[in-house]
Amino acid sequence: MRFFTLITLIMTTALLAYATLDMPDFGDPSSPASTHVSPVYIQEAYKKTATPNIVTAVLADYRSYDTLGETTVIFTAGVACMMLLRRKK
Amino acid sequence: MEIMDFIISKYNYLIYIILMMIGFYAMIAKNNLVKKVVGMNIFQTAIILFFVSTASKKGGATIPIIQYGHGEATDIINTAQYINPLPHVLMLTAIVVMVSTFGVAIALLIIIYRKYNTLEEDEILNILKMEDGK
Amino acid sequence: MIKDSEGVIIKTVCRLITPIIQLYALYVIAHGHYSPGGGFQGGCILAASFILMVLAYDIKEVKKRMSEKLNTVLCSLGVIIFAGIGLLCLILGANYLDYGILHKILPVDPAHARSLGILGVEIGVGFTVMAVMVSIFLNIASGGKHEEEGETS
Repeated sequence: MRFFTLITLIMTTALLAYATLDMPDFGDPSSPASTHVSPVYIQEAYKKTATPNIVTAVLADYRSYDTLGETTVIFTAGVACMMLLRRKK
Repeated sequence: MEIMDFIISKYNYLIYIILMMIGFYAMIAKNNLVKKVVGMNIFQTAIILFFVSTASKKGGATIPIIQYGHGEATDIINTAQYINPLPHVLMLTAIVVMVSTFGVAIALLIIIYRKYNTLEEDEILNILKMEDGK
Repeated sequence: MIKDSEGVIIKTVCRLITPIIQLYALYVIAHGHYSPGGGFQGGCILAASFILMVLAYDIKEVKKRMSEKLNTVLCSLGVIIFAGIGLLCLILGANYLDYGILHKILPVDPAHARSLGILGVEIGVGFTVMAVMVSIFLNIASGGKHEEEGETS
């Protein structure tokens, strides 16, 4: 590969690896991702929604607005493909 | 050595950074437009796996589906027994966005092919330069 | 996309296995509460069954079973189901998409009313994802020239 591409890739890799020095270890139970809202979801989801699958309960009940936006995104992608490719000659 | 400690405790991030760089190389260094779009797909997959890997917990934690049977589920749930469900939820949305952008990108490539009759980036730039010069 | 003399085994096996794939997809949608799965995953498997029929036969055969009009109607039906359940919760007096209030019209307690609300929403998402995946595939595979005579791939 060309020299400029190689330099760009190496610099980006070094920058990203340097940024992971501050991130939590692999499998750390006290990382910030696992300690603020997530224990509330794990403990309360079965009592409030009668659904053993916590992922589905969070996706469709606690964060249902995001799923509504998501459905609109994929609907818009379908409409965009239809509009781009169907032309009457 | 500190480098060995760093590599052993954070090896998941380093693996996904290497996968991201493979996708990044395909996006910037290849000439064919379809290869660039496939590189974008690899990049997005690497980012999704990166986020999902931050959800694991050591010590034998299992998937976030509450195991029940004989009435043991409802009273006290130990949060160290289940992995963090929140990155999985957010990455479901990211996967759907990945599929949508891939579909629209391929549709755009079909239209580009119909207009310029080629899919190589340098030939398209040459045709555009000649059209601007006229 | 396969000539008639070459693909008897492929065509027969695909025709036999497509209902089983669709049944499995409906199982994945309906069991989103108890096992990994849900609306997006089941919708993708349903779309994969139609794409398998396109690969074994050609586009005209699949268009007889899933016409353009039905596809477009199904795309919007999923979003209407999702937003409609939210609107129903709003009309009954709670916030938008707050399924706990559905216990006033269904004979269950609020926790199970939330569970049924989640099921309804996942069914809507499954419809939309299936219809959009099949629609994107048919548009890209035929290049938009749906209405011409005699095109096979």
